Amino acid sequence: MSTLEQGSVVIRGVGIGRATTVGPVLRMPEPVADPADQPSTLGVEAEQARAAEALVATAAQLRERGEAAGGTAAEVLDALAMMAEDPALAADVHHRTADGATAEYAIFAAMGAFREMLQSLGGYLGERAGDLDDVARRAIAHLRGLPAPGVPVSDRPFVLVARDLAPADTATLDLDLVLALVTTDGGPTSHTAILAREKGITAVVGAADAARLADGDVVLVDAENGTVELDPAQERIDLALQRTQTLEAIRAQSSGPGRLADGHPVPLLANIGSAESAREAAARGAEGVGLFRTEVLFLAAESAPSVEQQQQHYAEAFAHFAGQKVVVRALDAGADKPLAFLTDQHEENPALGRRGLRALAAHDEVLRDQLTALARAAAESEAHVQVMAPMVSTAEEARWFRDLAHELGLPVAGVMVEVPSCAIMADHVVRAADFVSIGTNDLTQYVFAADRLLGTVAQFQDPWHPAVLRLIEQVGRAGAQHDVPVGICGEAAADPRLAVVLVGLGATSLSMSPSAIADVRAELAQHSLDDARRLAALAVSAESAEAARTAVAEALIP
Amino acid sequence: MAERTLSVASAHGLHARPAAHFVKAVTDSGCTVELQKGERAVNAASILGVVSLGIEHGDEVTLRVSGDNAEAVLEQLSTFLEKDHDA
Repeated sequence: MSTLEQGSVVIRGVGIGRATTVGPVLRMPEPVADPADQPSTLGVEAEQARAAEALVATAAQLRERGEAAGGTAAEVLDALAMMAEDPALAADVHHRTADGATAEYAIFAAMGAFREMLQSLGGYLGERAGDLDDVARRAIAHLRGLPAPGVPVSDRPFVLVARDLAPADTATLDLDLVLALVTTDGGPTSHTAILAREKGITAVVGAADAARLADGDVVLVDAENGTVELDPAQERIDLALQRTQTLEAIRAQSSGPGRLADGHPVPLLANIGSAESAREAAARGAEGVGLFRTEVLFLAAESAPSVEQQQQHYAEAFAHFAGQKVVVRALDAGADKPLAFLTDQHEENPALGRRGLRALAAHDEVLRDQLTALARAAAESEAHVQVMAPMVSTAEEARWFRDLAHELGLPVAGVMVEVPSCAIMADHVVRAADFVSIGTNDLTQYVFAADRLLGTVAQFQDPWHPAVLRLIEQVGRAGAQHDVPVGICGEAAADPRLAVVLVGLGATSLSMSPSAIADVRAELAQHSLDDARRLAALAVSAESAEAARTAVAEALIP
Repeated sequence: MAERTLSVASAHGLHARPAAHFVKAVTDSGCTVELQKGERAVNAASILGVVSLGIEHGDEVTLRVSGDNAEAVLEQLSTFLEKDHDA
């Protein structure tokens, strides 16, 4: 916690969205305490009856809340009710009570066992593990005669402060009354963050010090800066609200091509995975496609689809971008996207194995077919089709790919910069490619030697880290010297402030999820190229990702 | 007993929502259904069991159905798994 100015306490977390809101705090009731593992005094049969009754009652209660809420909430709550009624859970609870546990502890421990199993699976399922806790705590509250945990009831708008919201809470939250969400636990992929993003609610998550906020405290929640300010001064409130209004106005007006305040153009492109997503991208104002992933077409396949099948699929996507650029990434198989006919099984470290261009070089018939299909689809389309290779490590690989693409009728062929060696040797790589595109997600993973899919090392997966930004800067400089375009196509480009920094480092186009385009466009429009370079210099010279973020945020305080 | 091996079509695999629909179809069928991925087999009427298999898009799974109408139920459940519920 730090003191920004006299009398106001600032709590830091990760902001979701860009808005600012002021309002009174209302806290979620403290969660139900864990039951102790002590022998039952009621006897096995009594405990089994209590456990069964509590689970039935919990399922009924969840369905009741679901019916009251309706819509998708009913569906979410119904899935939770199914967990309470689960036969595998019931069997586990039965065993534990037979061994002398109380109903409370048996339910708690059985859910805990399932939760661990989900967490060990990691990723999406790991994040869902909280659902089980939610069901268990409801059952335990029922057994103890406590009120069901859940969202506080109010008739005035409030800032909800919670540990982390469970799906059952968010499903029944009356959004009209919630000014903002603040959580002490949970990160940018928590349920709360997902809900906030979907519904456009101002939120700051993972703000540990928010635990000290009390009901009725007035706070200024600033999602853009990831801060929660207690008892803010009126000037701060006015300033923040004014900034939100300005942003909204800019966003509402911003349309057309991406450009900086000085008119310097920065094309805003979309990352897409299929012909269907091409439609959405075009509707959201993308100026083309910076990353067309082609794995979807191949994933379900036992063998590679024919040239004709591929050609038709590509043509459908190209049709949405007549006159615009579409950058297609050659099949990126391996690591998290294994393909039976292309990647080797049983690699010890698949992320470091024969993936991406390495796998394609080993099966060049698959690459030749894909490039042929792309060249044919491009010839019949008005889109400016370019092609790039994934997972390139050397200038030699880049040249091999470019020459093959040119030979097969694709005049513009570049490479993705994801492997640090490729960034370090950027001055040579750019001479062997018609353009380069930096994949920040994999680049970060490889710079830090930290598996991007592994939750226990997730703290390293931060593209704001100067270790990543310095490599991007090298690539940007090499691109500028040799007049080779440098695109960014990782999620980093979707973070509006980081997007400005990336342009300052030499990015000439940004490609992102279509839903991020409007915010990035609005942010770029507020800074000149000189501003962007100044912010980039601050970020690359910082000590850590956090310090880089803070340095840029502080430089932007008016 | 009726048995079939197939690959799961949903883009995000068999996670919370499609898993709940699948389990519901299993319980409604009245049959005993086993779902296997790799070496692990679970009771398909258990949402926790199904979810714990961590089934991803394109994973190969085996369904085993026993009870009345096993063939028809197998057909219905296979169709469900071969459809992309995230599309």
